[in-house]
Amino acid sequence: MGGAKAPAASDNRLKILEATMKRHQHRPDALIEVLHKAQELYGYLTPDLLSSVAHALRIPPSRVYGVATFYHFFSLAPPGEHTCTVCLGTACYVKGAAAILAALEQDRGVRAGSTSADGKLSLLTVRCLGACGIAPAVVLDGDVIGHADAERIRAKLHELLHQGS
Amino acid sequence: MDISELHAIADRERSRRKPIRIHCCTASGCQAIGSTELHRQLVQAVQASGRDDEVEVVSVGCMGFCGGGPLVVVEPNGPRFEHVRPEQASEVVAALDGAPCTVQRSDPHHPFFSHQLPVVLRNGGRIDPERIEEYIAADGYQTLYRVLHDMTPAEVIEQLTRSGLRGRGGAGYPTGLKWGTVAKSRGEQKYVVCNGDEGDPGAFMDRSVLESDPHLVLEGMCIAGYAVGANQGYLYVRGEYPQAISRLRTAINQARRLGILGSQIFDTTFDFKIDIRIGAGAFVCGEETALIASIEGKRGQPRPRPPYPAESGLWGCPTLINNVETLANIVPILRGGADWYASIGTERSKGTKVFALTGKVRHTGLIEVPMGMTLREIVEDMGGGTPDGSPVKAVQTGGPSGGCIPASLFDTPVDYESLAAAGSIMGSGGMVVMDSSTNMVELARFYMEFCMDESCGKCIPCRVGTVQLHRLLSRIHQGIASPADLDLLTQLCSLVRDTSLCGLGQSAPNPVLSTLRYFRDEYEALIQRHD
Repeated sequence: MGGAKAPAASDNRLKILEATMKRHQHRPDALIEVLHKAQELYGYLTPDLLSSVAHALRIPPSRVYGVATFYHFFSLAPPGEHTCTVCLGTACYVKGAAAILAALEQDRGVRAGSTSADGKLSLLTVRCLGACGIAPAVVLDGDVIGHADAERIRAKLHELLHQGS
Repeated sequence: MDISELHAIADRERSRRKPIRIHCCTASGCQAIGSTELHRQLVQAVQASGRDDEVEVVSVGCMGFCGGGPLVVVEPNGPRFEHVRPEQASEVVAALDGAPCTVQRSDPHHPFFSHQLPVVLRNGGRIDPERIEEYIAADGYQTLYRVLHDMTPAEVIEQLTRSGLRGRGGAGYPTGLKWGTVAKSRGEQKYVVCNGDEGDPGAFMDRSVLESDPHLVLEGMCIAGYAVGANQGYLYVRGEYPQAISRLRTAINQARRLGILGSQIFDTTFDFKIDIRIGAGAFVCGEETALIASIEGKRGQPRPRPPYPAESGLWGCPTLINNVETLANIVPILRGGADWYASIGTERSKGTKVFALTGKVRHTGLIEVPMGMTLREIVEDMGGGTPDGSPVKAVQTGGPSGGCIPASLFDTPVDYESLAAAGSIMGSGGMVVMDSSTNMVELARFYMEFCMDESCGKCIPCRVGTVQLHRLLSRIHQGIASPADLDLLTQLCSLVRDTSLCGLGQSAPNPVLSTLRYFRDEYEALIQRHD
C-alpha cells in the first residue's frame, strides 16, 4: 500500500511537510494544521511521523499523540484502497442510513469503522456531512452520493472493488 | 483603495454581465447530485445555441431548495428549474426562446419561497461566490468602508445592541453586549474568531453561507475587528466542509489582493488579517473554550468559565467568538439600520433565522424566515408536510442539545424563549421532521450515542453519564428494562445536566427529557412489567 512504502531518496513528501511547518514558523499551535498535511501526504499517521512532527515543533510526543487520537479526522491505521463513508447525521438517520450501513456491513463483511482484511475497503461513518437536503448521503472515494439506497451503493461498491482485478 | 474604486469595480462588473444569466447551483448539495456536469453542459448548450453574446452561465451558491436539486434559475425573472439532469441542458437554453420544455419547474409562489425573508441569504444563489467582483457589485464591502470612515467602534456596537441581534449559534446571547465586553476588555492584542464548526447533525446553515457568500462573513469579521479593537481573525471551519474551505481561501486571497484585508484597510489605520483553521472532526469544538484550545493546536477540551473568552480567550487575550450566521447578520444590520432589523421578529427575538429543514418533509432545504413564525407554518406550509401525506409526528430542533416538539405544539412560535419553554432550544437551526416511522426511544438513543462518542472525557458526569444513559436507553429499546430503570433514567438526566462542565454534557439529556415529556407512552410500551 502507498502509505507503507519505505521513504526513498525520491520521496519528497517529507520536504512538503517540512515546508508546511516552516510556513507556520514551527509554532506549536500549528500542530493540527501540520497533522492535516501529514495525513494528506501519507494517508495516515505512523508513530515515526508523529515523533518527527513532535521533534520539529518542539512539543512532547505525548501531546502530539494526544491530539492525533482526540480528533476523528486523524487515522493511525492505514486506510483501505477504497473508502465508503455513510453519513449518520439525523436527517440521514431518519431516512434510513442505519439500514444502508447494516446492509453494507453484511454485504462486505466489514464492521463500520474498520478496513476489510484484504485492505480493499474501509467502511466508515460520519456525523453529518451537511448534505441533509439530499439525505441519505454516502461518500464513495470522495464522491458524495445523494438520495442513496442500499441497493445502489452495494452495486457501486461491487463495481469499484472488482474493476480491473 | 477608496470608495470610488469600489464603485468602479462594481460598475465594471455590472457592465461585463450579459443580459440573461443562467444560475446553476454548484454548492455541495447540488454538486453531489451532478451539478458540475450540468454546469458544463449548460455552457456548451449556450455556445451551441449561438447566444453566448447575451447569455451567460454562472456557477452560484446554495439556492436553498436543496431537495429539488440540481437547481437552475434564469435571471432576470426567468423560470426556476428543479431536478435538472445534464442532458436537459439544451432544453433549458432552448426554453429561453419560449420553446416547450419538459424540465420540472418550481412554483415561485409556493410558501417554501414566498414565506421567506432573505437577509443573511440575500446573495445566496445569486452571485458567483468565487468572484469578489460579484459580491462588490451586490454592494459588498461598502458597509465596511462606511464603518471605517464614518463610525466609531462605539457607534457600531450601539447599532448592534439596538438591533436586538442575538447569537445564532444556539445560546442566543445578545451580540451587542458581547462585542461591548470585548471592546472594554484590557489588552494590547485581541482576536475575533468565527465559529464555523457546525457540528449539529442535520444542520447545514453555516456550510451554505460559507459556500455561497463567503465575503459576507469576512466583511462581518472585519467590522467586528474594528468594533472590538482586534487586528487578527480566525475562521474555524469543519474539516467535513472541503468546498467551504476552498471558497473561503479563494475569498480571503481576493480580498487581500484588493487591500480589503491586510494593513491600512481603505486607507485608514485599521489592520485586519484573517486565517483559516480547519477542524479535525470533534463536535465539542463548537463549545467556545474547546474551540480556542483547538485553534491553539491542542485537544479540543473545554475549560470552566469564567473567565469568559471576552476577557481571556485565545492565548489569554480578549477574544470575540461569534457564529457564522451571527457574523453574516452584521452587514445587513449596519446597511439597513438597527431600527429596520429590530422591526423584524418578536419582542425578544429580533430579525430572521436560517433553518435547515430536513427529514421526512416534502420540501427539504434551507429557509430563512422572520423570528416568530410558527412551527406549523414552517413544517406544514413551507415544508409541505411529509412526502407521503401521513401526519407529521414531531420536529427536532437544536440537534443533540435540543429536543423534540410534538405536532400538537406546532403553534409554538419560533423564538428563543418559546422553544425553550417547549423543552427544546433554538440551536443553530437544524429542523428534522419525523413521521410515525421514527421511534422516539430509538431517536433518544441515537442522540445519546452521539454525545457519548463526542464527549471529550474531561469531566466525569459527561464522560461516564452519557455512557450510562446510553446503556439505559439501549436496555429500554431492547425491551429488557424495568420501571425502575425509567426512574433511574430521569435521575441520571438531571445529574448529567446539572453537573457537567460544558454545554455538551449539560444539554446531552435534552433529547431524552423532551421525548420523555411528550412521548412517555413509547418508553412505557417498551418497559417490561413484572407484575
